Amino acid sequence: MIHTSRACERLRHSPLFAALVCAALAHALCAPPAGAVVLRDDLNRSVTVPTDPRRIITLLPSLTETVCALGACDRLVAVGRFDDWPPSVKRLPKVGDLDEVNIERIVALKPDLVLLSTSQRVGKRLQQLGVTSFAIETDRYEDIARTVRIVGELLGVPKRAAALNERIRKAVNAVAVAARAARRGAPPTVYFEVDPAPYAAGPDSYIGGLLAKLGVRNIVAAKLGAFPLLNPEYVVRRNPDVIFVSRAQAPQLAERPGWAQMKAVREHHICAFSERVRETIVRPGPRVAEGLRAMAACLARVAP
Amino acid sequence: MRPPGAARARIAWWLTICVAITVALTLGGLLVGTTSMHTSLRWILAPGAQSSIVLWDIRLPRTVGAWFVGALLGLAGAIAQGVFRNPLAEPYLLGTASGAALGVTVALYASGASVGALAWAAQLGLAGAAVVGACVAIVITVALARGVLQTSNLLLSGIVVGFLLSAVTSLLLLTKPQMWRTMQVFLLGSTGYLSWSSTSILAAVFLVCIVPAVLLSRGLDALTLGEDTARSLGLSLPVLRLAMLGIVCLATAAAVGEVGIVGFVGLVAPHLVRETLTVNHRHLLIASPLCGGALLQAADLVSRWIIHPAELPVGAVTACIGGAYLALLLWRRTRDA
Repeated sequence: MIHTSRACERLRHSPLFAALVCAALAHALCAPPAGAVVLRDDLNRSVTVPTDPRRIITLLPSLTETVCALGACDRLVAVGRFDDWPPSVKRLPKVGDLDEVNIERIVALKPDLVLLSTSQRVGKRLQQLGVTSFAIETDRYEDIARTVRIVGELLGVPKRAAALNERIRKAVNAVAVAARAARRGAPPTVYFEVDPAPYAAGPDSYIGGLLAKLGVRNIVAAKLGAFPLLNPEYVVRRNPDVIFVSRAQAPQLAERPGWAQMKAVREHHICAFSERVRETIVRPGPRVAEGLRAMAACLARVAP
Repeated sequence: MRPPGAARARIAWWLTICVAITVALTLGGLLVGTTSMHTSLRWILAPGAQSSIVLWDIRLPRTVGAWFVGALLGLAGAIAQGVFRNPLAEPYLLGTASGAALGVTVALYASGASVGALAWAAQLGLAGAAVVGACVAIVITVALARGVLQTSNLLLSGIVVGFLLSAVTSLLLLTKPQMWRTMQVFLLGSTGYLSWSSTSILAAVFLVCIVPAVLLSRGLDALTLGEDTARSLGLSLPVLRLAMLGIVCLATAAAVGEVGIVGFVGLVAPHLVRETLTVNHRHLLIASPLCGGALLQAADLVSRWIIHPAELPVGAVTACIGGAYLALLLWRRTRDA
């Protein structure tokens, strides 16, 4: 079965084929084998995936979490290097990270499906080696539900995926509604620092989506892009009510020129989370409500 | 080697124009930022609490600090080209850039590793780590070249050390890809966080560097005639080299420590001076810092203006300007040849 689909894959890519064989014949020849379906992934590749994959490798923490949240943790045979949730995946072999993937190890593990992000270039090489890989884009808040739906479809558990999405939606809604209801003043303005360069999270980023759920105002305009490198002066001038920053940077904010006079720094309206909690915030995965809850709790404390 | 009257007048004119450009760029530094120039002008005329912070605590130290960084790099570049008698010599030649990058990477690495490490990394700061890294690189380079006697050995060992340290940096970064973004900004240079305290450090280092450099500049003039001639003039080459390279190291380490690796300024500034003036080393060592300072100020203005309120890393701008200038220079030389 694997051999036929690989041959078809090769046939499809040959220029001779494109020139000579008519599309109808191709369709008849390369129809997916029994027990497999053809789906289009986010790199716009048509991928022949088995209907009931049993040996899955995920190369992104959020995808690992999604597979496990759909109750298919036992089907994972390996994960990415930073994949550490749920704790049970820690004992699985690690086969690489965003940029550096151990292809040999992946092939040796004989997966029937590799899930990865659209930014990981390894997908193409895996395809050449006859390993089925499916790329999913996870850049925006809306991508969480979409990812759950796609992975559910790939795993053959669409109903479970729908139920999980409903659970996530309700939990997120509950946090969002409670956060807005508990707020006494006007919605605070917020600066979310991704990196001290300073790179900020813009409204179009995944984190920007979370801020929008909480009903706070991002000081970064959408036209600047998802993660713009800002002129630090911009942050000072906007004088946000609350600053989200990493734990390591929080004590150093006051040392940046002009920042000590900012309201948020002066009154210590700063939200800095432990690595554990930060992961739930920055990973577009099924634990989104947990991350959102941590953000809401901090906002309630510093900007009631 | 006193230049004749006409040449001296030309130098005086050149210096006047360069200072005027610097003053204009400094004023420009107050006007250009995340607001429109109209707003900036209104702020200068009628400052409020917040606008005075932006103008005097952010924009002015940034633009003055950028001048000192450019001046240090221009000075270091002019000295390096004189000592190595090579027009392609530049401040980062002795492995300082790679050493500084490694220092920052190690500090970032350690700060993510444990709480104890975080304490010393915070104490030292990334700037301190960069300076330490640059100094370590120079010590290795000089040791590998067995002293400063052979310039060709020094050049080679500088290149080797540069490659080796970059390799270690890349390996460390591979194990922690989340440090990439921070490192990228450091590698491209950023003037965004220059404060009055960092500017005063830069100013002090500049004074410490320029005074002995100008005093020793006649040695570089003698060196242009060849090592044997210089020796026959009674010059102690090892002492001269050691002193000059010491100045290059101090200037480069301070600049890299404050803003990261800004390329091309140190290489281009002395060329710009030589293209427009016929000078001895004393004038070159005074004019190159002026030129480098103005260059980096201009690049800084472009970096914050072109896509404001976002900004470009200043090193990317200097690389564009410097690269284009060198290409032009090469084009003219090959055409005339």
